[in-house]
Amino acid sequence: MTNPDKTGEGAGTAGREAITGATDVVSAEQRERHKDHPRRGRRGGRGRGEATRVPDADFRSYHGRPVLNQIVWEARDIGGYLFLGGLAGASSVLAAGAEHTGRPELARPLKYTALAAISGSTAALIHDLGRPERFLNMLRVFKPTSPMSMGSWILMGYGPLAGVAAVTAATGWFPRIGRAATIGAALTGPLVATYTAPLICDTAVPAWHEGYREMPFVFASSAASAAGGMGLIVAPTAQSRPARRVAVGGALIEVATSTYMERRMGLVGEPYEQGRAGKLTRAAKALTLAGAVGAVLGRRSRAVSAVSGAALLAGSALTRLGVFEAGVQSAADPKYTVVPQRRRLEERKRAAAKTG
Amino acid sequence: MTQDESPSRKGFFTDTSVCIGCKACEVACKEWNMVPEDGLDFLAMSFDNTGRLSADTWRHVAFIEQREPLGHQDSGVGRPAGEGPGPVNLGMPSFGLPGQRTGEHDEAEGGDFRWLMSSDVCKHCTSAACLDVCPTGALFRTEFDTVVVQEDICNGCGYCVPACPYGVIDRREVDGRAWKCTLCYDRLGAGMEPACAKACPTDSIQFGDVDELRERARKRVEDLHEAGVSSARLYGEDPDNGVDGTGAFFLLLDEPEVYGLPPDPVVTTRDLPSMWRHAGAAALVLLAGATAAFAGRRS
Repeated sequence: MTNPDKTGEGAGTAGREAITGATDVVSAEQRERHKDHPRRGRRGGRGRGEATRVPDADFRSYHGRPVLNQIVWEARDIGGYLFLGGLAGASSVLAAGAEHTGRPELARPLKYTALAAISGSTAALIHDLGRPERFLNMLRVFKPTSPMSMGSWILMGYGPLAGVAAVTAATGWFPRIGRAATIGAALTGPLVATYTAPLICDTAVPAWHEGYREMPFVFASSAASAAGGMGLIVAPTAQSRPARRVAVGGALIEVATSTYMERRMGLVGEPYEQGRAGKLTRAAKALTLAGAVGAVLGRRSRAVSAVSGAALLAGSALTRLGVFEAGVQSAADPKYTVVPQRRRLEERKRAAAKTG
Repeated sequence: MTQDESPSRKGFFTDTSVCIGCKACEVACKEWNMVPEDGLDFLAMSFDNTGRLSADTWRHVAFIEQREPLGHQDSGVGRPAGEGPGPVNLGMPSFGLPGQRTGEHDEAEGGDFRWLMSSDVCKHCTSAACLDVCPTGALFRTEFDTVVVQEDICNGCGYCVPACPYGVIDRREVDGRAWKCTLCYDRLGAGMEPACAKACPTDSIQFGDVDELRERARKRVEDLHEAGVSSARLYGEDPDNGVDGTGAFFLLLDEPEVYGLPPDPVVTTRDLPSMWRHAGAAALVLLAGATAAFAGRRS
């Protein structure tokens, strides 16, 4: 018998071409489209244990097509929303701290930041709906099994608080109400910054779901880094010391937790290193680390602090876009769906064989 | 409605061993449900030019060509001997260049080639991720234990799309809402079977009470195993699987991933309580960390 199913284990995403028979009469484009169901015998050469970083790409699929339907969200809308929500939430926390420790030059601009960011993120969310005019349907139900439903309610609570805090700070009206709103926004802000992790992880997208333990910490620290960075831009150095601490701490934790997450995920962490997602993730880490270093070294210079703050903001935004893109890439390749599930099945089979 | 009056759970048993790839189910589904055209393309994937399940494809027939020594598929397996007409030549496509076939040879050896054909559909999971994550309540569970989108509620948030572990539900770009198989909710209400099952000429798609279908499926696998088709296995029917059993399940002749199905899908919301705990902890860490940053010497 001939062996028709030769598997070309290529590098990158364009690997695994179908070579089933007359390759000469098939155009390169057709072969590209006609991707393979790779050869049988998955047992051979299978890497065991979590430590393996070399993927075992020996798997079968339906003509190389993805198992999952692709995410329909726009990177700009939802990636942007993840960033802006984090910036808003953490800014409110810093603003409250600044207000209560007598740092009005730090508090006021951060309140404006929070209002602007949460308004922008809400607009992005509505824009991303297939039926934007029906956005109020989000408030039809209160549904703990849906992070998007819970998020809508969190935004409903947080948004007005952030708004009142910003408006009272700007006008000086109703100072008592303003203080209460500032505290309220500071208490709900961390939820705005972190609920977005369950939002994306509560899907079948491998690069998102598998990171559900670390993702909230990545998002929280990334939010802290962004808000701290904003504090460095807007406040004079005399009042920005806490923002600097938050920025540097957030930046270091962000880089550490996201790196840990990508490594712990093993095969499905691969998209964070490859293609567009890889570029975004690497750029995010570089900017975040550079911003942290600048924030420490330039602590006496307003200009260096501001530039460092901008780097931290950019790093935080790129972190979220990288996470978003990694999800898209992991949904597009059947490998990330099939291989971990197949491993799970075989481990279960082995365990059953042992006990039974 | 009291417990006694509620109808039993309805579903599909798709027996791919008798699927002939006629795509009548795809057509019937489109006709009945008025699903729009979704691109007339040649995908260069065997005889499959539909590609996948989507907002505009609620039944999708997969075609897989394999060089397997146990080539021939005998659609008569399990039929009582001597009763009824024998197998009929349905004019199935065969391997090899046109005009080079020697009919005899094919007949005698059955070839070292087999077709796998399977009509895929929404699984109507017991624990349905799409339904869990829907923020508007547009997705709901019917009295037939099926999962259906209410198109007058759906605001097109798109959350159900990546939530589905099978890649079934999708957003229709031209109207912005999510669509998928309804198990012909309207026909069920009128006591009729879904359009695809009605149209299936070989009863590859069987509609009925899920309990009874499970029984029938188990029997069918036994028969096939007895007849030497050792590759036959059921997919999705197990109430202990990652989605607590599907309402639409399958008899497959190879591993699920070969048909484009996930081998061991788990409903994503199973981990949601843990996700909320982690998110809550992260929120507290953020609050505590920021508070700590304000502690100490003022400057």
